[in-house]
Amino acid sequence: MTTDTPRPPPRRSLFGAWGPRELKGLFWQVLVVGIAVGVVAFLWSNTVTNLSARRITTGFAFLGREAGMPIADSLLAYSPRDTYLWAFVVGIANTLRVAVIGIVLATILGTLVGISRLSANWLLSRLAAVYVETLRDIPLLLQLLFWYVLMQALPAARAAWRPVEGVFLSNRGLILPAIPFGPPQLWVLGTAALGLVAFYVIRRWLIAQQMRDGRPRPAWPFALGLVVALPAAVSLVLGVSWTIEWPELRGFNFVGGLTLAPEYFALLIALVTYTSAFIAEIVRSGIQSVPRGQWDAANALGLRRSFMLRQIILPQALRVIVPPMTSQYLNLTKNSSLAVAIGYQDVVSVANTTLNQTGQAIEAIALIMAVFLTISLSISFFMNWFNARIALVER
Amino acid sequence: MTAITDIPDAPRAARRPQAGNPVLRWLRQNLFSSIPNGILTVVLVAILAKGVFSFLQWGIANAVWLTPANDSSACRAARGVGACWAIIPEKYRFILFGTYPFDEQWRPAMSVLLFIALYFLSTRRALWRRELVYLWIGALALISVLMWGGVFGLSFVSQDRWGGLPVTLILATFGLAFGFPLGILVALGRRSKLPAIRSLSVLYVELIRGVPLVSLLFMASVMFPLFMPAGFNIDKLLRAQIAIILFAGAYLAEVIRGGLQAVPRGQYEAADALGLSYWRKHRLIVLPQAIRHVIPPLVNTFIAFFKDTSLVLIIGIFDLLTTAKTAIIDPAWQQFSVEVYIFVAAIYFVFCFAMSRYSRSLEASTASR
Repeated sequence: MTTDTPRPPPRRSLFGAWGPRELKGLFWQVLVVGIAVGVVAFLWSNTVTNLSARRITTGFAFLGREAGMPIADSLLAYSPRDTYLWAFVVGIANTLRVAVIGIVLATILGTLVGISRLSANWLLSRLAAVYVETLRDIPLLLQLLFWYVLMQALPAARAAWRPVEGVFLSNRGLILPAIPFGPPQLWVLGTAALGLVAFYVIRRWLIAQQMRDGRPRPAWPFALGLVVALPAAVSLVLGVSWTIEWPELRGFNFVGGLTLAPEYFALLIALVTYTSAFIAEIVRSGIQSVPRGQWDAANALGLRRSFMLRQIILPQALRVIVPPMTSQYLNLTKNSSLAVAIGYQDVVSVANTTLNQTGQAIEAIALIMAVFLTISLSISFFMNWFNARIALVER
Repeated sequence: MTAITDIPDAPRAARRPQAGNPVLRWLRQNLFSSIPNGILTVVLVAILAKGVFSFLQWGIANAVWLTPANDSSACRAARGVGACWAIIPEKYRFILFGTYPFDEQWRPAMSVLLFIALYFLSTRRALWRRELVYLWIGALALISVLMWGGVFGLSFVSQDRWGGLPVTLILATFGLAFGFPLGILVALGRRSKLPAIRSLSVLYVELIRGVPLVSLLFMASVMFPLFMPAGFNIDKLLRAQIAIILFAGAYLAEVIRGGLQAVPRGQYEAADALGLSYWRKHRLIVLPQAIRHVIPPLVNTFIAFFKDTSLVLIIGIFDLLTTAKTAIIDPAWQQFSVEVYIFVAAIYFVFCFAMSRYSRSLEASTASR
């Protein structure tokens, strides 16, 4: 290509002679779509033939039939006599239970580890680095099996470990003291949530006021009033009891308290520790992406440490942190489907059992896809909203 | 939050003039720079010492290293106080090679070595030329011959009997070798100006990335026979391999798309000005630059992907993790699964750690350029 000798004109591609570019583009599109439609039609006709040969009727009518599958550990009331539809709902609740709590815990743990990696304390930062490297480089499924084996190797209920009074760890899982929860308690929590929304609106108004005249106005009295005092008042008026129920050993099992079954607990530990290693790296690179000049400038202004972190460093770090964090949350949710390997009945596991019992393969897979797409889109939607809020506003 | 406040202070502390013993100085700067830091160090050392001590006691001091063949009595005696590493010499052939005929196990062993040599050569920058593609084709063909046999006097071994580490490496490597070109095509499709091709690519990527790999594998193992004409069936391993290729293609496409976006427009325009056709433009000008941009995230995807091959356990394919899990079904050795899992975790770790080190060195070398 570097010589000056005249080169023959570039070889025309096969359809170049047809003339306008658009025609060529149209041809390729028709070809690719034609192949795709052809393949799908071929698979579809095969599937229809095979299904009729096996006497399986397509459609979601089977959801109304009795499921007959046991689900040991569930938030919602369930018995094998319930319908497949209800089994799916229970499975979805189980997936959400592990995903939501997992995301919260993994974020907390990951942030702590990520900050530890940047610590001036050599030992702490090395330990954090070892934690991250080890957990990232071993398959999650292996870690999950490992934790599950450890759970099963725990002593029986009678000889349960008690790390703290009221907390039992045995091969029946983790048993924690808990507050019995019912409608009255929900009312109080609902009031608190409403108070939070009201506080948020008021705070925006206060900030708008500050923007006008430059005088800072404290927001905390409103927070105290709306989020703490108001629910407390409601609780007093309704006479809601908040007594903690302490678990105790009776016979061969525990009574009272909150039980995390070994399957659930192993899955939660595996997901949280594995994902936290990735989150730690995201947090670390996010903090490191804030230029040193920002720290120096904040110091030069004489800002308090907490104010500086909250108002200068964190907002800038979050811009780098939030987008990859979203994909970690999605990963954790999708990884929760590994539950099937240790017999925790999440939605994938329920769908798999359904598939084996009824042969409704397409419907079961379609349900899995629908559930995960909905969860993924919800998380993406929330994180995009959050990201837009913290994004850099060019003025 | 105390730790974070140390960041801006660190360079200043380093600049302070220091005297005395370098070891003491290092200790002072890195472990005892302030009172809370000192307390933290002491607490960490105490926890670490206790942890390491009890692990060494369990893993080394009280461990059982060797037992007579198929006799786990010594291990069972030490249960709870010491590790039973004796299970590894007892079971390693099965864990590494599964049910491959015992006398022929040098063949999977050779395949594993070939794979490792192939990975190693692929990391050499000097070899990043067209010849590398031929090298891959040659090595993969040789591995197929070794594993299947049936020619050159090697006895034929059907793939139902393959197992262990070679299967893991096969799933990962072939998944990559086919998923990568697929990913390039889909990434180009997603940036194409042709609406039908673009929407097909988006649909493919989003559908695959939206669902867990487990459900794709279920689909491959349960639904595949439904999709095919009656009587037509292909092997379970191949079906899982196809699912993994489709899965890898979608994820790799997204990484490559990032690289395509990073190529300046001027490059596309220059290629157009030279009158290059679409494919020549991408093959000669755009893709080499795009892929160079995304090599570190590509390696990270490879790592994720290598680990994800272990999910075939769920549909009962004998990869490394499945053979490990099967090895401890043996009633005599049932209680020593932790040791086996540690052994297998170490194998996975070595592969992934090597890749992540390599990715980091690449990042460092691209950053310095």
